[in-house]
Amino acid sequence: MPEQHYEPEPALAGAAAGGAVDLDVVEARTPERRPQGPDGSGPRGKPRSLWSDAWRDLRRNPVFLVSALVILFLVLISLWPSAITSGSPLTCDLSKAQEGSRAGHPFGFDGQGCDVYTRTVYGARTSVAVGVLATLGVAVLGSVLGALAGFLGGAWDSVLSRVTDVFFAIPVVLGGLVLLSVVTSDTVWPVIGFIVLLGWPQISRIARSAVITARQNDYVQAARALGASRSRLVLRHIAPNAVAPVIVVATIALGTYIALEATLSYLGVGLKPPSVSWGIDISAASPYIRNAPHALLWPSGALAVTVLAFIMLGDAVRDALDPKLR
Amino acid sequence: MRGATHARRAVCAVAAVLAAAACEAEASGGGDAGAVLSASWGDPQNPLEPANTNEVQGGKVLDMVFRGLKRYDPVTGEAKDMLAERIETSDSRNFTVTVKDGWTFSNGEKVTARSFVDAWNYGASLRNNQRNAYFFGYIKGYDQVHPEEGEQTADTLSGLKVTGERTFTVELAQKFSTFPDTLGYNAFAPLPRAFFDDHDAWVRKPVGNGPYLVDSYTRGSQMSLRTWNDYPGPDKARNGGVDLKVYTDANTAYTDLMAGNLDLADDIPAAQLKNVRSDLGDRYLNTPAGILQTLAFPYYDDAWNKPGSEKVRTGLSMAIDRKQITDTIFQRTRTPATDWTSPVLGEDGGYRAGLCGDACAYRPDEAKRLIREGGGLPGGKVTITFNADTGSHREWVNAVCNSINNALDDEHACTADPVGTFADFRGRITDRKMTGLFRAGWQMDYPLIQNFLQPLYYTGASSNDGMWSNERFDGLVDRANQETDDAKAVGLFQQAEEVVRDDMAAIPLWYQNGSAGWSERLSDVRLNPFSVPVYDQIKVG
Amino acid sequence: MGRYVVRRLIQMVPVFVGATLLIFLMVNVMGDPVAGLCGERRCDPATAARLEQEFGLDEPVWRQYLTYMGNVFTGDFGTAFNGQEVTELMATAFPVTIRLTLIAILFEVVVGIALGVVTGLRRGRPVDTGVLLFTLVVVSVPTFVTGLLLQLLLGVEWGWIRPSVSSGAPFDELILPGLVLASVSLAYVTRLTRTSIAENRRSDYVRTAVAKGLPHRRVVVRHLLRNSLIPVVTFIGADIGFLMGGAIVTERIFNIHGVGYQLYQGILRQNTQTVVGFVTVLVLVFLVANLVVDLLYAVLDPRIRYA
Repeated sequence: MPEQHYEPEPALAGAAAGGAVDLDVVEARTPERRPQGPDGSGPRGKPRSLWSDAWRDLRRNPVFLVSALVILFLVLISLWPSAITSGSPLTCDLSKAQEGSRAGHPFGFDGQGCDVYTRTVYGARTSVAVGVLATLGVAVLGSVLGALAGFLGGAWDSVLSRVTDVFFAIPVVLGGLVLLSVVTSDTVWPVIGFIVLLGWPQISRIARSAVITARQNDYVQAARALGASRSRLVLRHIAPNAVAPVIVVATIALGTYIALEATLSYLGVGLKPPSVSWGIDISAASPYIRNAPHALLWPSGALAVTVLAFIMLGDAVRDALDPKLR
Repeated sequence: MRGATHARRAVCAVAAVLAAAACEAEASGGGDAGAVLSASWGDPQNPLEPANTNEVQGGKVLDMVFRGLKRYDPVTGEAKDMLAERIETSDSRNFTVTVKDGWTFSNGEKVTARSFVDAWNYGASLRNNQRNAYFFGYIKGYDQVHPEEGEQTADTLSGLKVTGERTFTVELAQKFSTFPDTLGYNAFAPLPRAFFDDHDAWVRKPVGNGPYLVDSYTRGSQMSLRTWNDYPGPDKARNGGVDLKVYTDANTAYTDLMAGNLDLADDIPAAQLKNVRSDLGDRYLNTPAGILQTLAFPYYDDAWNKPGSEKVRTGLSMAIDRKQITDTIFQRTRTPATDWTSPVLGEDGGYRAGLCGDACAYRPDEAKRLIREGGGLPGGKVTITFNADTGSHREWVNAVCNSINNALDDEHACTADPVGTFADFRGRITDRKMTGLFRAGWQMDYPLIQNFLQPLYYTGASSNDGMWSNERFDGLVDRANQETDDAKAVGLFQQAEEVVRDDMAAIPLWYQNGSAGWSERLSDVRLNPFSVPVYDQIKVG
Repeated sequence: MGRYVVRRLIQMVPVFVGATLLIFLMVNVMGDPVAGLCGERRCDPATAARLEQEFGLDEPVWRQYLTYMGNVFTGDFGTAFNGQEVTELMATAFPVTIRLTLIAILFEVVVGIALGVVTGLRRGRPVDTGVLLFTLVVVSVPTFVTGLLLQLLLGVEWGWIRPSVSSGAPFDELILPGLVLASVSLAYVTRLTRTSIAENRRSDYVRTAVAKGLPHRRVVVRHLLRNSLIPVVTFIGADIGFLMGGAIVTERIFNIHGVGYQLYQGILRQNTQTVVGFVTVLVLVFLVANLVVDLLYAVLDPRIRYA
C-alpha cells in the first residue's frame, strides 16, 4: 500500500482532530451526486459527470458569458487585427511623438510617433498568445507534477519537490539572459517555453498543497475504502476539490506573464524587434508617464481587460466545479 | 549634513538680535565655504586606482582627489599646467618634466618626480591589471612591461628616468607632439607611497593631492569627500565638501532632487527632459561634452566591404533624420553631428562643423538612390545592434531605424537588435560576430582631435571595433603625430578625417551634451568637457 | 516529526549542490565577462589573460566549481569585479532586503488575508467587486508604474515620504517600497484566501461549529480561516524567495542597495562569484521556507500528520 510511504502522513482525524469534522454529515457529501441537477432538468437515471454538470452551469452564468465574449473578441482581433485597423503598427512618424488623440488616431501617438490604437490592436496577438499559452503550459505542467507529488507522497514527493526547489532558485533575469540569448527564432515560442520552464514550480507547489488537503477529505478516504482506482480517485474526487487554488493563481499569473514578456524584451532577450506587444509598449511608455500618459494607459487598459476576463472566467469555472455550491 | 544646515539657521535665528548682519552677510556673500552638498553618483566599476578607472563615475572621484601635471580647463578644455612647472622637448620624442615645488599629498608626503614615475610604472605593468595601461603605450619600454602576450620582461618603463627631486625625463617610442596635452588624463596622476605600501587600505580610502579628501567611503552606497584645508593648489574648493550618493537609476536621483533630498544630479534622464524647465527653472544646465555617438560597420563581413558599399553606408547616413531625433528623443541635449570630432575641441583644436557635408544631412531621395547604386542593403535589410542593459540606447536605435524605414519606404529595412549585456555586446565585437550596424560611442579621454580619430579608425587600434583599415588614413595620422607645429598637425588630422568621411567608415550621429540639475542651495554649477561637474567651484547657500 | 525534519534537512544537500552547479554553469555559459571590463574598447590580450587568471576563469568549469565550493565551505565567497569581497556585499545587502521582505510579507499577511476573508464571506457583494477591481489594477499595472507613480505622488507632490531610501534603509523608509513590492503578491493572497474561504464556508465543520452556537468571530478565525490558509501559506512560503531575490525593479526605483540589485548587477556583469554567492544564500532561504510551510500544513490542518 502506497499510503505507508506517505511523507505527510494523513491520519483520519475523527474525534482526535478536535471534533471539527463530523463524519455523519460527510457521508452525504461526496461529489458523486445523484442524477438530479439543481433544477431537476437532467435526464433521470443516467448519472451525469461533474464536468458536464459544470458546463450546464456555466452556460447560464452571465459572468462566464461576458468574460467568454471578451476572450472571443481578443482571439478574433489577434487572428485578424486588420479587421478593425487600417494602419500598420510599424508606421511611425517621430514628428507626431507623444501627441494626443485626434481624428483617425483615437488613442494618440507614442514616444516614437507610432499610432497607439494600431499598436494596441496588433499587440493583442503576441500578448494574448504569450499570456494564454504560457499559462496553459504552466498550469498543465505544474498541476500534473504538483498533484503527483501530493498524491503519491513518499519518495516521489521528495524528488519532485526538490526538483521544484532547484528550479525555484534560478533568477528570472539570469535564466532569460542565458537561455533566451542563444535563441534566434523571432516567434513567441521561445518566450512561452521559457516562462513555462521557470513558472511551473509556483503552480506545482500550490497544486501539491491542494491535493494534500483534498486527499485526506473523508469522501476520498471513503472512496478509497470502497476500492476506487487511483486514477478515479484523482480525477473524480481529488482534482475537482483541488482545482480552485490552481485556477486562482493561474488566472492572475496570466497577467504577470504578459508583463514578464515585457521584462524579457526590455532585457533584450524576449521578443525580437520589430515585434509588437502590450508589454513592450507599456515598458516603453512608462518613463514618459508624466508627459504622455495615454501611451501607457491604452496598452495597460487592454492588459487589464484581458486579465479581468480571465479572472472572471476562472471564477465562474471554479464555482461550476464546486459541488458544495449546488 | 542637512541637520547641520538646520542647526546653522537656528544659530542665526537665535543670534539674530545680536548679529543679524553677520549671518546675512555670509549668506549673500557667495555661499558658505563650510557647507557640504550632496550629489548623485554611480558605483564605480573598478577599484578606484587612477590607471584602473575608465568610466565617468570613478573619474568624478579621481577628479576631486587628484591633480596631475596638466589639467583641462573646465570651460575651454584647454590643457593647462597644474603640477607641471614646465614640460620641454626639442624633438617631440624626449620630454623633460619639471614638477612644481610646494605640492604635497593630503597625508603630508611631498609630490616629487618619483611620485609620477612610480605611479606610471605601476599603471603600465601587466602584473597590476590596470585597465588603462595602454595610455602608457607611447612610452618607450612599454612592450617589455606590458607585452601583447606572455610574461613581462621588465618591471619599469625604460623611457622614464628620475633626474632630480622634481625632474624626470620621458622618452617615447615614436614622435608624438601633443603628448604633454594628454597628461591631464587621470591615469597620469601621481601616487603617494601609501598606495604601494598598504594598497588595500589605500583602495578602501584613497589618498591623493587634490582639493578634496576622502572622509569616508561605503562601497556601493556613499562616499563623503571633505575640503582639504591645506590644499596647496590654486583651485581650492569653495564648499565644505561633497557627499556622493550612489543611485542605480538616474530617474531616482532626479526625483530626489525635486523632493529636496539631493543637491546636484548630473545625467538627467531623457524622459524628464521635457519637464526640466518647469521642475527646476534656471537650475538646469545643458552643455556640450566630448562625446560622439556613431554607428559602426563590420568591415570583416564582405557584405560591408566590397566596391560600392561606401555608397550604401553614405546612403544609410543620409536616411537618418538626426535633427528630428535629437529634438524629439533627446530634447536638444544632443546636437546632430556634422563631423567625427566634437565641438568641445574648438576650431583651433580641430573641430570643423559641416565637414561631413551632405553625407550627414537628411536626404531621403538621395539615400534611396545611393543605396540602390551601391547594390542595395546586404540581404535587403540591416540591423542595428546595441546593448540593452546600460545607457538606454533602445529609444534612439528604434528612432534611427524608423527614420531609415521611412526614408527607404520599407517598414522592414531596419530593425533594432538588442543584446542582453554589455559584456556580451563587447564579446561579439571582439569575436567579430557582428553582421550589421552596431552602436559605437566615444567619450574622449583628452580634448585632442587625435583622440577622436586614432583609437577609432587607425588600423588595429583598440577601439577600431569595425576593423576599418585605410592606408591613406594611417599615413596621415602618422604624419600628424610627428608634426611639431600644432596647427599643421591639426590640419593633417582633418585631412585624415576627410578620408573617414569619403569612405563613411562610421556614421556620425550626434554630439552628446552633459546635463545637470541642482537645488536652490547651489550656485556656480558647471560641467567640464568630460560632462563631470566641476565640484570645487560650486557654492552652497 | 523530528525524523521528518531531519530527513528534509538531509535532502537539502543535493538541492543545494544541484542549484549552485546549475547557476554556476549558467553564468559560465553567458560568455566571457572580461570583454565588458575595458569599456568601449578591446581589452588588450595580455590584460585580458591576466584578468581571467585573477578571477580563475582560465580553468575548466568543473575545476572552477570545485574550487569555488571548497572556498565557500571555508566562508570565502570570492571577490566581485570591483575588488569588493562578496561576503562584504552580502553583509550590506541582505539586512536591507530582509527588512524589505518582512514588510512586504507583513502586508501580504495582514492586508491580503483580511481582504480575502472579507470578500470570501461577502461574495458577489459590492465590497467583493470593489476588491476585485483593485486587485485587477494591481495585477495589470506593472510594478514600475505603480512604484514610480507612488514615488512621485507621495515623495514629491505631497512630500509625505522621502522618494528614495537612504543607505541605512531603516524600517520606516521601507514601508512604501515594501507595499509596492508586495502589491502583486497581495493580489494573489487576496484571491487565494477569498476562494478558499468561500469554498470552506459551506463545509460541514463550519456548519457544525455554527450549529454548536459558537460566536461568529470564533467560527471564522478558528475554524474557517485556519483551514483555508493552506494554499495561502504555500504561496507566501514560495514568495519569500521571490521577494528577496526578485525585488530588482522595486530596489531600483527606490534606490535600495539590496540583494535584487546586487544579483542583477552580478548577472549583467557576469560575475560568477557574486551571482552564485547570492543565489546560494537564497536557495537556503527557499529550502527553509518550504520546510516551514510543510510543517505549517500540519498545524493548520490537524488531519495532516508527519511521520
